Amino acid sequence: MTDSQLKEVLLRLGDDTLILAQRLGEWCGHAPILEEDIALTNISLDLLGRTQNYLKLAGELYKPTKSDDNLAFHRDPEEFTNLLLLEQPNGHFGDTICRQFLFDNFSLLLTVHLASQEVNTDIAAIAAKAIKEIRYHVDHSSKWMLRLGGGTSESHEKIQGSLDKLWQFTDEMFEIDEVTSAAVESGLFPDLTTLKSRWLDNVMSILTEARLSILSNTEMKYGGRNGNHTHHLAEILEVMQVLPRTYPGTTW
Amino acid sequence: MINAESHKIVEAVKRQLEDVMDPELPFLTIGEMGMLRDVYYEEDHTVIVLTPTYSGCPATDIISEDSLKAARVVDPKAEVAISMSPAWTTDWISEETRTKMEANGIAPPIGSSNDRAFLTGEGKMVPCPLCKSKSTKMVSAFGSTACKASFTCLDCSEPFEHFKCI
Ligand SMILES: [Zn+2]
Repeated sequence: MTDSQLKEVLLRLGDDTLILAQRLGEWCGHAPILEEDIALTNISLDLLGRTQNYLKLAGELYKPTKSDDNLAFHRDPEEFTNLLLLEQPNGHFGDTICRQFLFDNFSLLLTVHLASQEVNTDIAAIAAKAIKEIRYHVDHSSKWMLRLGGGTSESHEKIQGSLDKLWQFTDEMFEIDEVTSAAVESGLFPDLTTLKSRWLDNVMSILTEARLSILSNTEMKYGGRNGNHTHHLAEILEVMQVLPRTYPGTTW
Repeated sequence: MINAESHKIVEAVKRQLEDVMDPELPFLTIGEMGMLRDVYYEEDHTVIVLTPTYSGCPATDIISEDSLKAARVVDPKAEVAISMSPAWTTDWISEETRTKMEANGIAPPIGSSNDRAFLTGEGKMVPCPLCKSKSTKMVSAFGSTACKASFTCLDCSEPFEHFKCI
């Protein structure tokens, strides 16, 4: 794997958690119950910690080097490499939980591999630290999927709607392109087809228990990895970047 | 310079660090929390090795600053290095420290982090740190900081926090 491919891998890891962290942060003070307000923002914080770790490493591969803050605040939408799934709006609570559930399960499987590979020890250390946090997140989003799917007919209908809406963005997690191929070949990434089938097993076991079903003939959406985003990303960045862009170099 | 003098400086820095508290648990030192991993001398300065409890723990920056402030009293060139590996675990919190936590109203982590069921605290008996009742209930797997879950006591009705076992 070349340095530029490694940089791309790190950017993708960091951008995924950064954009999802920012989305979850939007719930601060707005969640349906206090406990969930705390839960979603706690998860956001964990994701932000991982973002800093990954983007710091990515920044070291730029010439001249860039800081994690610089990468987060001074890139435009087309330079972001996050999954389309993660930039989708929070919607109602079920939409947020469903998005989280689909990503958490992917993130756990990928991170377990990243922690055990020996190609890049810096990434392994970040991943080892993150595993327990992600298990906690999986536990949280899975329990809510069960509760909402098996709850009232209204909650069931709503969460099924969330799943129908978000399913089209799931295959992008396992997209094979030049960067992921190189990462798989070097051993940094696991085989993506195997990863996908393991993810599907885990996700389906919860969905089945929650009496939820997936659409069989969904046309999958891709593009996030190449900077082709839905218009939602620009909205996120506008809020996230306004302060450092208006007052460059400001501190508090 | 690895000699008697540098050894003395390292020991002095270690003593200074005994007063650095975890800002989120201000009755515990960073040593007791297992966040202070090492202190050693390199070339011409002391290096303090710290590890964060959670990836996104905002206290890490404050702890780094407080450690530097304390250490630079004896070694103006002291530096902090953040180490991610091995990942921090509640297994590094001693029994004595767990007792101290409980005395301060926080239910300490129970058992070892190797037991997966202990992760959230759900399904295990977390005694109330106030009245010691064993009849308690988890309200949320999350709490005021990344490291805690929220519980309530069914006997004395007090809400309390449980330090998650990770
Ligand atoms: Zn009580």
